[in-house]
Amino acid sequence: MDRPVTLVTGTRKGIGRFLAEHFVRLGHRVIGCSRSEFDGTLEHYVHYRVDVSDEQGVKQLVADVRKTWGRLDHLINNAGIASMNHSLLTPLSTVRDVLTTNVVGTFLFCREAAKVMKTMRFGRIVNLTTVAVPLKLEGEAAYVASKAAVLSLTQVLAKELADFGITVNALGPVPTETDLIRSVPKDKIDRLLSRQAIPRFGTFEDIANVVDFYFKPESGFITGQCLYLGGV
Amino acid sequence: MRQDLVPLIVKQIHELNGQHGVKVPADLSSDTPLFGREGILESLGLVSLVVSVEQAIEDEFGVSISLADDRALAQTKSPYRTVASLAEYAGHLIQQVEGQHG
Repeated sequence: MDRPVTLVTGTRKGIGRFLAEHFVRLGHRVIGCSRSEFDGTLEHYVHYRVDVSDEQGVKQLVADVRKTWGRLDHLINNAGIASMNHSLLTPLSTVRDVLTTNVVGTFLFCREAAKVMKTMRFGRIVNLTTVAVPLKLEGEAAYVASKAAVLSLTQVLAKELADFGITVNALGPVPTETDLIRSVPKDKIDRLLSRQAIPRFGTFEDIANVVDFYFKPESGFITGQCLYLGGV
Repeated sequence: MRQDLVPLIVKQIHELNGQHGVKVPADLSSDTPLFGREGILESLGLVSLVVSVEQAIEDEFGVSISLADDRALAQTKSPYRTVASLAEYAGHLIQQVEGQHG
Protein backbone atom coordinates (compact mmCIF):
# COMPACT_ATOMS: atom_id res chain seq x y z
CA MET A 1 0.00 0.00 0.00
CA ASP A 2 1.25 3.44 -0.92
CA ARG A 3 1.08 5.14 2.46
CA PRO A 4 1.32 8.92 2.73
CA VAL A 5 4.50 9.90 4.55
CA THR A 6 4.05 12.24 7.51
CA LEU A 7 6.92 13.79 9.41
CA VAL A 8 6.28 14.99 12.96
CA THR A 9 8.91 16.71 15.09
CA GLY A 10 9.06 16.30 18.87
CA THR A 11 7.37 12.89 19.03
CA ARG A 12 8.83 11.51 22.26
CA LYS A 13 5.87 12.67 24.34
CA GLY A 14 2.82 14.94 24.54
CA ILE A 15 1.17 16.35 21.44
CA GLY A 16 3.86 15.04 19.08
CA ARG A 17 3.55 11.49 20.34
CA PHE A 18 -0.23 11.63 20.08
CA LEU A 19 -0.04 12.96 16.51
CA ALA A 20 2.43 10.21 15.54
CA GLU A 21 0.05 7.54 16.88
CA HIS A 22 -2.94 9.29 15.33
CA PHE A 23 -1.48 9.34 11.82
CA VAL A 24 -0.25 5.76 12.09
CA ARG A 25 -3.86 4.82 12.94
CA LEU A 26 -4.98 6.71 9.81
CA GLY A 27 -2.65 4.58 7.67
CA HIS A 28 0.26 6.98 7.26
CA ARG A 29 3.94 6.11 7.36
CA VAL A 30 5.08 8.35 10.22
CA ILE A 31 8.60 9.64 10.69
CA GLY A 32 9.30 11.24 14.04
CA CYS A 33 12.21 12.82 15.79
CA SER A 34 13.33 14.05 19.16
CA ARG A 35 16.61 14.60 20.94
CA SER A 36 16.22 11.27 22.74
CA GLU A 37 15.02 7.75 22.04
CA PHE A 38 11.37 6.89 21.44
CA ASP A 39 9.93 4.73 24.23
CA GLY A 40 8.28 1.58 22.95
CA THR A 41 7.50 0.66 19.38
CA LEU A 42 4.90 1.75 16.92
CA GLU A 43 4.16 -0.03 13.66
CA HIS A 44 4.82 2.04 10.51
CA TYR A 45 6.72 4.55 12.64
CA VAL A 46 10.43 5.34 12.31
CA HIS A 47 12.21 7.44 14.90
CA TYR A 48 15.28 9.61 14.40
CA ARG A 49 17.34 11.12 17.17
CA VAL A 50 18.00 14.64 16.03
CA ASP A 51 18.10 18.13 17.45
CA VAL A 52 15.71 20.18 15.29
CA SER A 53 18.18 23.07 15.13
CA ASP A 54 21.06 20.91 13.86
CA GLU A 55 21.18 21.74 10.15
CA GLN A 56 23.18 18.70 9.09
CA GLY A 57 21.06 16.37 11.21
CA VAL A 58 17.82 17.72 9.76
CA LYS A 59 19.18 17.55 6.21
CA GLN A 60 20.26 13.95 6.76
CA LEU A 61 16.88 12.96 8.18
CA VAL A 62 14.94 14.45 5.25
CA ALA A 63 17.44 12.98 2.75
CA ASP A 64 16.85 9.54 4.33
CA VAL A 65 13.09 9.98 4.01
CA ARG A 66 13.45 10.93 0.33
CA LYS A 67 15.74 7.97 -0.40
CA THR A 68 13.75 5.41 1.57
CA TRP A 69 10.16 6.32 0.73
CA GLY A 70 10.59 8.67 -2.24
CA ARG A 71 8.00 11.08 -0.92
CA LEU A 72 7.06 13.39 1.90
CA ASP A 73 3.41 14.43 2.02
CA HIS A 74 3.04 16.14 5.38
CA LEU A 75 5.17 17.94 7.93
CA ILE A 76 4.05 18.92 11.43
CA ASN A 77 6.47 21.21 13.24
CA ASN A 78 5.52 20.38 16.78
CA ALA A 79 8.85 20.34 18.62
CA GLY A 80 9.12 23.30 20.91
CA ILE A 81 10.30 24.51 24.26
CA ALA A 82 8.76 27.11 26.53
CA SER A 83 10.06 29.47 29.13
CA MET A 84 7.60 30.68 31.72
CA ASN A 85 9.33 33.55 33.41
CA HIS A 86 9.28 37.32 33.75
CA SER A 87 11.47 38.88 31.07
CA LEU A 88 13.63 40.59 33.71
CA LEU A 89 14.43 37.18 35.19
CA THR A 90 15.04 35.34 31.92
CA PRO A 91 18.67 34.43 31.17
CA LEU A 92 19.91 35.16 27.66
CA SER A 93 20.82 31.49 27.23
CA THR A 94 17.13 30.62 27.69
CA VAL A 95 16.07 33.17 25.10
CA ARG A 96 18.59 31.72 22.65
CA ASP A 97 17.46 28.14 23.35
CA VAL A 98 13.79 29.00 22.87
CA LEU A 99 14.42 30.89 19.61
CA THR A 100 16.77 28.24 18.30
CA THR A 101 14.44 25.31 18.89
CA ASN A 102 11.16 27.01 18.03
CA VAL A 103 12.13 29.31 15.17
CA VAL A 104 15.34 27.89 13.68
CA GLY A 105 14.06 24.30 14.03
CA THR A 106 10.78 25.13 12.32
CA PHE A 107 12.57 27.01 9.54
CA LEU A 108 15.01 24.17 8.88
CA PHE A 109 12.35 21.48 8.69
CA CYS A 110 10.14 23.64 6.46
CA ARG A 111 13.07 24.34 4.13
CA GLU A 112 14.24 20.75 3.82
CA ALA A 113 10.76 19.19 3.67
CA ALA A 114 9.64 21.68 1.01
CA LYS A 115 12.50 20.58 -1.24
CA VAL A 116 11.10 17.04 -1.31
CA MET A 117 7.46 18.18 -1.51
CA LYS A 118 8.36 20.50 -4.39
CA THR A 119 9.33 17.58 -6.60
CA MET A 120 5.95 15.95 -5.87
CA ARG A 121 4.17 19.26 -6.45
CA PHE A 122 2.22 18.50 -3.29
CA GLY A 123 2.82 19.09 0.39
CA ARG A 124 1.12 20.11 3.58
CA ILE A 125 3.02 21.84 6.36
CA VAL A 126 1.47 22.62 9.75
CA ASN A 127 3.39 24.67 12.31
CA LEU A 128 2.39 24.77 15.95
CA THR A 129 2.11 28.18 17.53
CA THR A 130 0.02 29.15 20.57
CA VAL A 131 -2.90 31.28 21.73
CA ALA A 132 -0.34 33.07 23.89
CA VAL A 133 0.58 35.05 20.73
CA PRO A 134 -2.81 36.79 20.16
CA LEU A 135 -3.30 37.01 23.96
CA LYS A 136 0.14 38.66 24.26
CA LEU A 137 0.58 36.64 27.40
CA GLU A 138 2.76 38.21 30.05
CA GLY A 139 5.39 36.07 31.71
CA GLU A 140 6.33 34.24 28.51
CA ALA A 141 8.07 36.92 26.45
CA ALA A 142 10.67 34.72 24.77
CA TYR A 143 8.21 31.89 24.09
CA VAL A 144 5.53 34.23 22.71
CA ALA A 145 8.07 36.07 20.54
CA SER A 146 9.34 32.76 19.16
CA LYS A 147 5.82 31.56 18.33
CA ALA A 148 4.95 34.94 16.76
CA ALA A 149 7.98 34.37 14.56
CA VAL A 150 6.66 30.89 13.68
CA LEU A 151 3.38 32.50 12.64
CA SER A 152 5.15 35.06 10.42
CA LEU A 153 7.28 32.31 8.95
CA THR A 154 4.12 30.33 8.17
CA GLN A 155 2.53 33.28 6.39
CA VAL A 156 5.59 34.10 4.27
CA LEU A 157 6.34 30.46 3.41
CA ALA A 158 2.70 30.02 2.36
CA LYS A 159 3.37 32.58 -0.37
CA GLU A 160 6.83 31.34 -1.32
CA LEU A 161 5.77 27.70 -1.56
CA ALA A 162 2.34 28.11 -3.15
CA ASP A 163 3.77 27.74 -6.66
CA PHE A 164 5.05 24.30 -5.70
CA GLY A 165 1.65 23.00 -4.55
CA ILE A 166 2.60 23.23 -0.89
CA THR A 167 0.30 24.73 1.73
CA VAL A 168 1.66 26.09 5.01
CA ASN A 169 -0.66 26.72 7.93
CA ALA A 170 -0.46 27.17 11.66
CA LEU A 171 -2.42 25.97 14.62
CA GLY A 172 -2.59 27.68 18.00
CA PRO A 173 -3.62 25.36 20.81
CA VAL A 174 -4.86 26.55 24.19
CA PRO A 175 -3.15 25.09 27.27
CA THR A 176 -3.11 21.32 26.97
CA GLU A 177 -2.12 19.11 29.86
CA THR A 178 1.47 18.46 28.83
CA ASP A 179 4.88 18.78 30.44
CA LEU A 180 5.22 22.21 28.87
CA ILE A 181 2.73 23.78 31.29
CA ARG A 182 3.20 21.51 34.30
CA SER A 183 5.27 24.15 36.08
CA VAL A 184 2.78 26.99 35.54
CA PRO A 185 0.88 28.00 38.71
CA LYS A 186 -2.80 26.98 38.77
CA ASP A 187 -4.12 30.54 39.19
CA LYS A 188 -2.24 31.61 36.08
CA ILE A 189 -3.70 28.75 34.07
CA ASP A 190 -7.19 29.58 35.37
CA ARG A 191 -6.76 33.22 34.33
CA LEU A 192 -5.62 32.11 30.90
CA LEU A 193 -8.52 29.68 30.45
CA SER A 194 -10.96 32.45 31.41
CA ARG A 195 -9.79 34.45 28.36
CA GLN A 196 -11.03 31.72 26.03
CA ALA A 197 -14.59 31.67 24.66
CA ILE A 198 -14.74 28.04 25.79
CA PRO A 199 -12.80 27.98 29.08
CA ARG A 200 -11.37 24.47 29.24
CA PHE A 201 -8.07 22.75 28.61
CA GLY A 202 -7.46 21.68 25.04
CA THR A 203 -7.13 17.99 24.25
CA PHE A 204 -4.79 16.22 21.87
CA GLU A 205 -7.86 15.26 19.85
CA ASP A 206 -8.73 18.97 19.40
CA ILE A 207 -5.29 19.49 17.87
CA ALA A 208 -5.40 16.39 15.66
CA ASN A 209 -8.77 17.51 14.34
CA VAL A 210 -7.33 20.79 13.03
CA VAL A 211 -4.32 19.01 11.49
CA ASP A 212 -6.71 16.54 9.80
CA PHE A 213 -8.58 19.51 8.37
CA TYR A 214 -5.40 21.06 6.94
CA PHE A 215 -4.37 17.69 5.47
CA LYS A 216 -7.71 17.02 3.74
CA PRO A 217 -7.49 16.94 -0.07
CA GLU A 218 -10.24 19.58 -0.09
CA SER A 219 -8.03 21.97 1.93
CA GLY A 220 -5.65 22.69 -0.95
CA PHE A 221 -6.93 26.27 -1.22
CA ILE A 222 -6.23 27.03 2.46
CA THR A 223 -2.78 28.40 3.16
CA GLY A 224 -1.09 31.02 5.33
CA GLN A 225 -3.81 30.64 7.96
CA CYS A 226 -3.69 30.17 11.70
CA LEU A 227 -6.53 28.47 13.52
CA TYR A 228 -6.72 29.16 17.26
CA LEU A 229 -8.58 26.75 19.50
CA GLY A 230 -10.99 27.63 22.30
CA GLY A 231 -12.36 30.77 20.68
CA VAL A 232 -9.33 32.96 21.25
CA MET B 1 35.39 18.20 -9.00
CA ARG B 2 34.21 21.02 -11.26
CA GLN B 3 34.50 18.80 -14.36
CA ASP B 4 32.28 16.22 -12.62
CA LEU B 5 29.62 18.69 -11.60
CA VAL B 6 29.10 20.67 -14.82
CA PRO B 7 27.35 17.79 -16.64
CA LEU B 8 25.27 17.09 -13.53
CA ILE B 9 24.11 20.72 -13.42
CA VAL B 10 23.51 20.85 -17.19
CA LYS B 11 21.34 17.73 -16.89
CA GLN B 12 19.26 19.33 -14.13
CA ILE B 13 18.81 22.51 -16.21
CA HIS B 14 17.52 20.45 -19.14
CA GLU B 15 15.04 18.73 -16.84
CA LEU B 16 13.69 22.14 -15.83
CA ASN B 17 13.02 23.13 -19.43
CA GLY B 18 9.49 24.46 -19.77
CA GLN B 19 8.92 24.79 -16.02
CA HIS B 20 8.83 28.15 -14.23
CA GLY B 21 9.44 29.97 -17.52
CA VAL B 22 12.79 28.22 -18.11
CA LYS B 23 13.89 28.15 -21.76
CA VAL B 24 17.14 26.24 -22.14
CA PRO B 25 19.34 27.73 -24.89
CA ALA B 26 20.72 25.41 -27.56
CA ASP B 27 24.28 26.44 -26.70
CA LEU B 28 24.04 25.71 -22.97
CA SER B 29 27.57 25.51 -21.58
CA SER B 30 29.54 26.08 -18.40
CA ASP B 31 29.64 29.82 -19.19
CA THR B 32 25.89 30.22 -19.65
CA PRO B 33 24.61 32.92 -17.28
CA LEU B 34 22.06 31.39 -14.92
CA PHE B 35 20.71 34.28 -12.92
CA GLY B 36 20.92 38.03 -13.21
CA ARG B 37 20.48 40.39 -16.15
CA GLU B 38 21.26 37.86 -18.87
CA GLY B 39 20.45 34.75 -16.90
CA ILE B 40 18.19 32.02 -18.24
CA LEU B 41 16.43 31.58 -14.90
CA GLU B 42 13.83 33.65 -13.03
CA SER B 43 13.79 33.33 -9.26
CA LEU B 44 11.50 30.27 -9.13
CA GLY B 45 13.61 28.58 -11.79
CA LEU B 46 16.73 29.28 -9.75
CA VAL B 47 15.11 27.85 -6.61
CA SER B 48 14.13 24.73 -8.53
CA LEU B 49 17.58 24.30 -10.03
CA VAL B 50 19.35 24.70 -6.69
CA VAL B 51 17.07 22.13 -5.04
CA SER B 52 17.42 19.62 -7.88
CA VAL B 53 21.22 20.01 -7.93
CA GLU B 54 21.36 19.43 -4.15
CA GLN B 55 19.28 16.27 -4.58
CA ALA B 56 21.32 15.03 -7.55
CA ILE B 57 24.54 15.51 -5.55
CA GLU B 58 22.97 13.60 -2.65
CA ASP B 59 22.01 10.76 -5.01
CA GLU B 60 25.30 10.59 -6.94
CA PHE B 61 27.87 11.35 -4.25
CA GLY B 62 25.98 10.46 -1.07
CA VAL B 63 26.82 13.90 0.31
CA SER B 64 24.22 16.24 1.75
CA ILE B 65 25.07 19.88 1.12
CA SER B 66 23.13 23.12 1.25
CA LEU B 67 23.63 25.38 -1.73
CA ALA B 68 21.76 28.19 0.05
CA ASP B 69 23.77 31.37 -0.02
CA ASP B 70 23.14 34.95 1.08
CA ARG B 71 24.86 36.25 -2.03
CA ALA B 72 22.21 34.67 -4.26
CA LEU B 73 21.02 37.96 -5.68
CA ALA B 74 24.43 39.67 -5.97
CA GLN B 75 25.36 40.32 -9.60
CA THR B 76 29.09 39.85 -9.24
CA LYS B 77 29.68 37.46 -6.34
CA SER B 78 26.69 35.15 -6.54
CA PRO B 79 27.61 31.48 -6.78
CA TYR B 80 24.58 31.13 -9.06
CA ARG B 81 25.98 33.43 -11.79
CA THR B 82 26.85 30.72 -14.28
CA VAL B 83 26.87 26.94 -14.59
CA ALA B 84 30.62 27.02 -13.88
CA SER B 85 30.33 29.19 -10.75
CA LEU B 86 27.58 26.95 -9.38
CA ALA B 87 29.70 23.86 -10.12
CA GLU B 88 32.66 25.44 -8.37
CA TYR B 89 30.60 26.43 -5.35
CA ALA B 90 29.00 22.97 -5.06
CA GLY B 91 32.39 21.30 -5.47
CA HIS B 92 33.81 23.44 -2.69
CA LEU B 93 30.94 22.49 -0.34
CA ILE B 94 31.31 18.79 -1.15
CA GLN B 95 35.00 18.96 -0.30
CA GLN B 96 34.16 20.72 2.96
CA VAL B 97 31.68 18.02 3.98
CA GLU B 98 34.01 15.19 2.90
CA GLY B 99 36.83 16.87 4.82
CA GLN B 100 34.67 16.88 7.98
CA HIS B 101 33.94 13.17 7.63
CA GLY B 102 37.27 12.09 6.30
